[in-house]
Amino acid sequence: MITFEGVSKRFPDGTVALDDVSLECATGEITVFVGTSGGGKTTALRTVNRMVEPTSGRVLIDGADVRDRPPAELRRGIGYVIQQAGLFPHRTIADNIATVPYLLGEGKKRARARARELMERVGLDPALAGRYPAQLSGGQQQRVGVARALAADPPIMLMDEPFSAVDPVVRGELQAEFLRLQAELHKTIVFVTHDIDEAIKMGDRIAVFRTGGKLVQFDTPKNLLAAPADDFVADFIGYDRGIRRLSFVPAAELELDDRAVLPENASVAEARATGADWVLLTDSGRRPLGWVAVSGLATDRSLQHMPRAPLGHTFNVRADSARAALDAAVLSPSGLAVGVDDDGVVVGVASPLDLTNAIGRESAR
Amino acid sequence: MIAAPADDEPLIRWDWLARNADDIGGMLADHVYLSVVPVVIGLVIALPVGLACARWRWIYPPVLAVTSLLYALPAIALFVVLIAFTGLSHTTVMIPLALYTLSVLVPGVVDGLRAVPDHVRQAAVAMGFGPLRRLVQVELPIAVPVVMAGLRVATVSNISLVSVGALIGIGGLGELFTDGFNRDFPTPIIAGVVLTILLAVAADGLLILVQRLLTPWSRQ
Repeated sequence: MITFEGVSKRFPDGTVALDDVSLECATGEITVFVGTSGGGKTTALRTVNRMVEPTSGRVLIDGADVRDRPPAELRRGIGYVIQQAGLFPHRTIADNIATVPYLLGEGKKRARARARELMERVGLDPALAGRYPAQLSGGQQQRVGVARALAADPPIMLMDEPFSAVDPVVRGELQAEFLRLQAELHKTIVFVTHDIDEAIKMGDRIAVFRTGGKLVQFDTPKNLLAAPADDFVADFIGYDRGIRRLSFVPAAELELDDRAVLPENASVAEARATGADWVLLTDSGRRPLGWVAVSGLATDRSLQHMPRAPLGHTFNVRADSARAALDAAVLSPSGLAVGVDDDGVVVGVASPLDLTNAIGRESAR
Repeated sequence: MIAAPADDEPLIRWDWLARNADDIGGMLADHVYLSVVPVVIGLVIALPVGLACARWRWIYPPVLAVTSLLYALPAIALFVVLIAFTGLSHTTVMIPLALYTLSVLVPGVVDGLRAVPDHVRQAAVAMGFGPLRRLVQVELPIAVPVVMAGLRVATVSNISLVSVGALIGIGGLGELFTDGFNRDFPTPIIAGVVLTILLAVAADGLLILVQRLLTPWSRQ
């Protein structure tokens, strides 16, 4: 656990970078520091490994003041990842990753073997071990940065905008892979970003900083979206926070309707009997085939021969969130989202109104 | 003004070169010694001076002013002044050359250290490098290409400047020029020019090779 106790930092020119910040970063969790530039989030991160010394207040790691340990020794026990990776251009990928083990006096052979192991872990081909950083893409360099921070297996990692310098597609991959890695490693992580989407995606808890180094709100992503502490936080989160909150409503909580779901050999009369505007046709295994508009049906033949609108995409009722369901509804020709189970069997459909009701219930809790 | 050689005088007398091969070889060795030793001395002095300038930025402008001034001094004037102290010795020729090297290498070291990207330096600090270890293992190796560029300029310009020392009788291959001019005899002059150029090209090639070995990472 990392504890900030009334930490303030005033630079010699009078700028206040941190103003009486107190918070706790729980062990094994990702705590995200987010905020506008000049909000002090990077300064706060750097007080943990003494790259910045607070003017007042204390930073504790598992109850021990960080100032009780010499900076170099303290830092070797804390992983650090920065925006442009900060790789050493004159060292090979393997030697970059082995930097801290070398500093701790580990032998070359063992450190390099471990480096290769870590490369696989972060999704890098170990064949790149002998290359130099300039020969790698931005995304690959960032992976090396993460592997280097993990090399000495530190319990704590500080990550300062680690994925900001790569393009959005690569960023998404890196974020998802890092979350998978964290699920295995359970590091105590402080993660700085200026991107609220990234904060919500990565954070177990989010600390919002505003200009002048004030901590405005410290909460879970869900609560932050549901109840921003003030106008600054609400503005920072953005106008679409309502839709973002859907990410925290599991699709399993939606009430799905299966009355308009019919086998493809059903008759037009049966379709009319549902009273719905659209019916979803399924195959014999109850897997979805496509939509048929009931109002356009003139003859009384089997639905099998009627013109069909494409299915669009479905959502998984067990694994997806209500946000995926809403997305499916918006893109569906019928305006209804199709929920399926892990085998692709239709559970039922939901309208945007059903989704809205689900948020209503969520907020009422 | 050099008198034109007699009509029957060939541009190069190969037999003269063959007869004097030993002397010319001696001058060549002398030339290498006179140009390389000042480069080494200049580098040894430029490193700490450059490091100090990179560490305490306010001393760099005055240091730069002094080194630029040194570079502007004519070599021959320095020789004449130094004769009073060091006589007609190798030292008299090498001191100005070392000073020229210094004025090229001090900015080289400073620029090299400034070329270390800030995020690399930050990363080194954050991973627990102490100041000395960071300098030796991270900053200096990254500065090598820029310092080597300065070293190449200093070496080649020294090889060309050594000849001026011939005016006080210590000039390596330059002595071939004085000899040729004095006797109105083109062979030693041409031999001197060709050997000086070959020496400069060889030295530069050697330094390029050294740089490739030292910095395999700087080739893409």
